[in-house]
Amino acid sequence: MIEKVLKGKSTYWMWLAVLGTFIAIGAACYVRQYMFGLGLTGMSRDVSWGLYISQFTFLVGVAAGGLMLVLPYYVHDYKAFGKITILGEFLAISALIMCLMFIMADLGQPLRGLNVIFFATPHSMLFWDMCVLWGYLLLNCLCGWVILTAERKQVHPPKWIYIFVYISIPFAVSIHTVTAMLYCGLPGRHFWLSAIIAPRFLASAFAAGPSLIVLACLVMRKFANFDAGKEAIQKLTTIIMYAAIINTFFFLLEFFVGYYSEMPGHMHSLEYLFFGLEHDGHVYNNLVPFMWGATLFSFTGLGILAYMKISKVFDYRLVGVAATLIFFSLWADKGLGFVFGGFVPNPLNEVTEYIPTANELGITIGIWATGFFILTLLYKIAVGVEHEIES
Amino acid sequence: MDTKRRKFLKIAGAAALAGIGAPAIVKLTSSAAIASEAVQHETAAHGEVAAATGVRLGMVIDMRKFAEQPELLDQAIAACNKVHNIPHFPDRKNEIKWIWKAPYANVFPELESIHKSEMAKKAPFAVLCNHCDNPSCVKACPTKATFVQPENGIVAMDFHRCIGCRFCMAACPYGARSFNWQDPRPFIDTYNAEFPTRMRGVVEKCNFCGERLALGLEPACVEVAKSAGAMVFGDLNDPDSEIRKVLDKEFTIQRNPAAGTKPSVYYIV
Ligand code: SF4
Ligand code: SF4
Ligand code: SF4
Repeated sequence: MIEKVLKGKSTYWMWLAVLGTFIAIGAACYVRQYMFGLGLTGMSRDVSWGLYISQFTFLVGVAAGGLMLVLPYYVHDYKAFGKITILGEFLAISALIMCLMFIMADLGQPLRGLNVIFFATPHSMLFWDMCVLWGYLLLNCLCGWVILTAERKQVHPPKWIYIFVYISIPFAVSIHTVTAMLYCGLPGRHFWLSAIIAPRFLASAFAAGPSLIVLACLVMRKFANFDAGKEAIQKLTTIIMYAAIINTFFFLLEFFVGYYSEMPGHMHSLEYLFFGLEHDGHVYNNLVPFMWGATLFSFTGLGILAYMKISKVFDYRLVGVAATLIFFSLWADKGLGFVFGGFVPNPLNEVTEYIPTANELGITIGIWATGFFILTLLYKIAVGVEHEIES
Repeated sequence: MDTKRRKFLKIAGAAALAGIGAPAIVKLTSSAAIASEAVQHETAAHGEVAAATGVRLGMVIDMRKFAEQPELLDQAIAACNKVHNIPHFPDRKNEIKWIWKAPYANVFPELESIHKSEMAKKAPFAVLCNHCDNPSCVKACPTKATFVQPENGIVAMDFHRCIGCRFCMAACPYGARSFNWQDPRPFIDTYNAEFPTRMRGVVEKCNFCGERLALGLEPACVEVAKSAGAMVFGDLNDPDSEIRKVLDKEFTIQRNPAAGTKPSVYYIV
């Protein structure tokens, strides 16, 4: 099956070349960081996690989002997802590889990374996160490959693989739950110390992952002659809509708790994210545009989806716009605001703002490009198999 | 738990009595691992509870004394910086701090009030790692590179094991930890060959001068501030220790006790 990645149209090769360029830039930036240390990033003593960890957090969600295809297809036997379930599994693989790369990029001593295994520490949530992330990655590789191979031979997949498919369902939930637990179990970080973080992560994941799959389907429909089917896309938009609404609802609950209780610790981060935090005569607000942008994107995207449902129209372009808006709103919410906002103010009630450096951005973009590179190859294989069956 | 604890305190008390006549420093470092004289203490306190709880080192910071002598805190900080090869970075982003100064409002944000004493308004407060009894940094660390020394309760670091994930920095509710964003060595003012320098990419913080205690010395900051009575260091589990006498007499506060980490550093304000 692998040979399928070697044959493609010129758009395919151009796309890979563009990604390859970004990967090269990212690699060069990483070499610089490796030689000098994390001082090349914008992180500081006060904001000690930056883009790397925030992208990691967001991408764990994207990986978990594949569940929204696996669950209906395998558990509820929803046939319309038959063609695209494999896309969910392959998206999980590339998202998890990005996650692991972001973690490595963030380590101060990357060569000692294996210490997490040598000195396994079960009371650290990071240990469990490593376990479930690797577990989910391997499960998806296994299930994706076995099922695709069977599909290609046009036989039923072997029975034993379903055991792993069913195991992967709670695993998908666990990866994002445990990732939430990295944050929500820390005393003294009020913005994170909330039991709703895990459910909110899951809700946003179940919107972000499917949004990306919808976008991939639209792109492949145009460029790769792959039609996921109108019914499947429509069902996905319904899933995205409900998940995004639940995420918004959870977020508004955080607002209520903060602003109705008026407990300073519960308000400060929200204030910093949405209105700017005044401190010692200076207003800190560099994330405000992102958060309001996310709000606007989210409501517009939801509005478009709702409009399509109510007036029973279906238009691929509208779906594309809505999925893009929702994807970016969730990215700004979790991939920026959630992590950076949690560090403001610091435990000594001081404010330090975080602005990523060019080198850091280079690495971040490089890792995203690597993920999309892998995703492209995997989808190329999936679509190639699909075409082979059709002909 | 309570009966267990009381029983332990009794044993520890008896053990301390057995140490009467020994130089004061013995009680300070009363643990087999950090001072040889303490072996006797350990044996005396031998028992199922004592082995687990043992000595619990702590500190009282008397801010009244520091306010009276403003230069004293600077000297204590300088002493720590010097013995521990703490680099001096000009920018806030790279800062490495083991003990430093901050206003009351920042050290005790939960206890901040409008009408506080002149001293709380003006004097800079000393801030350092609390060597918590239930440290969230230790709970978070995925490699045990930060850990509790069972013999004295110090929350210590293994710089050679730390992978630099900075989970402990997010977990510490007191902002006590610093990360080496770049090679710190060029930024060390005066080099002390007795203490290791750190490499880039690892976390560090106050170690309660574990290396000095092992030699029978007091922490460097305490050595400076002790004569003025501004800092008292000792075994919190020993009811006859100097620190316990101070704690019995004076009303003290701790930083953010609501975090549940049970800090071992107490402040007299
Ligand atoms: S003050 Fe922070 S670094 Fe020190 S022991 Fe407590 S939690 Fe750990
Ligand atoms: S940075 Fe080092 S000490 Fe801190 S949690 Fe990670 S491995 Fe442990
Ligand atoms: S106890 Fe030692 S390490 Fe800690 S602040 Fe004082 S001098 Fe520094």
